[in-house]
Amino acid sequence: MQDTPFEVYGSTLASRLLIGTAQYPSPAVLAEAVRASGAELVTVSLRREAGKSRAGESFWNLVRDLGVKVLPNTAGCRSVKEAVTTAEMAREVFATDWIKLEVIGDDDLLQPDVFGLVEAAGILSRAGFKVFPYTTEDLLVAEKLIGAGCEVLMPWGAPIGSGRGLNNVFGLQALRKHFPSVPLIVDAGIGTPAHAAAAMELGYDAVLLNTAIAKAGDPVMMARAFARAVEAGRLGYCADPIPPRDMAEPSTPQIGRAFSDLSKRA
Amino acid sequence: MQIRVNGKAHEVAATTLAALLAELDYHDKLVATAVNQSFVRAVDRPSTPLNPGDAVEILVPRQGG
Repeated sequence: MQDTPFEVYGSTLASRLLIGTAQYPSPAVLAEAVRASGAELVTVSLRREAGKSRAGESFWNLVRDLGVKVLPNTAGCRSVKEAVTTAEMAREVFATDWIKLEVIGDDDLLQPDVFGLVEAAGILSRAGFKVFPYTTEDLLVAEKLIGAGCEVLMPWGAPIGSGRGLNNVFGLQALRKHFPSVPLIVDAGIGTPAHAAAAMELGYDAVLLNTAIAKAGDPVMMARAFARAVEAGRLGYCADPIPPRDMAEPSTPQIGRAFSDLSKRA
Repeated sequence: MQIRVNGKAHEVAATTLAALLAELDYHDKLVATAVNQSFVRAVDRPSTPLNPGDAVEILVPRQGG
């Protein structure tokens, strides 16, 4: 099939790889990795800082110099109120109504609190936000998020930072089949380029990851690797892969095989 | 007046949010503010009074995943 541009909330993104900006060894490596990844959308956050510190300012200048779009998050928010307030603060500072909505329900797995997530998504959508919800692969939660106004869904591959890849391939596949025209982004849990390619081969529209690049031994090389993996996975999906078979099927033609009249199995 | 700023107790002279930002050296920085977990827009800071015991959040852009 012919590939179509990746569109979300009326914007077209040339790259289907979205990356986080945290945990890099240095700002210079972050900048180089973003460029190597080809990502056009990067996630950012808001944090406390003392009045005299300038760390936030220098980070923000660096991101602006990269010329990419930003997707602020509500990372770490534990309640609807915290998430909604953080989103409102982010909209003013980053001058965007896009928000990666996280409402975290469990510290061990950083699992989304899907009940709070649906509620916060509704509040923010009504307030004009374009919500990118970090959710699970649960189909009914997905339906409620769409009902709440979300035009994109971001199910996890595996818990944030775990590098486990796609924990529930069948669930992600079912979600893709159930929502053929909703932009779906695998967010979190991706560890290697192969995981990203696998998500794209399932027909996911994009992947969002951070730790897998930032904490790699060579983040810039890894960013390049992910860029290629995402592109390869997308091309593979569009090229309509063969179905798997249980038995072998020879790829070399059988007609005209030498000795074909002599070699017979008993 | 005793208030909390970013989770820490502060004794401040300011009686508005805008004055607090100046008092704590935030005046020339890009920040987002909330008082008692409710967002306060930049334009509303001069007219937002502070009361003893208020919890103020002052946040800046940072790396995120």
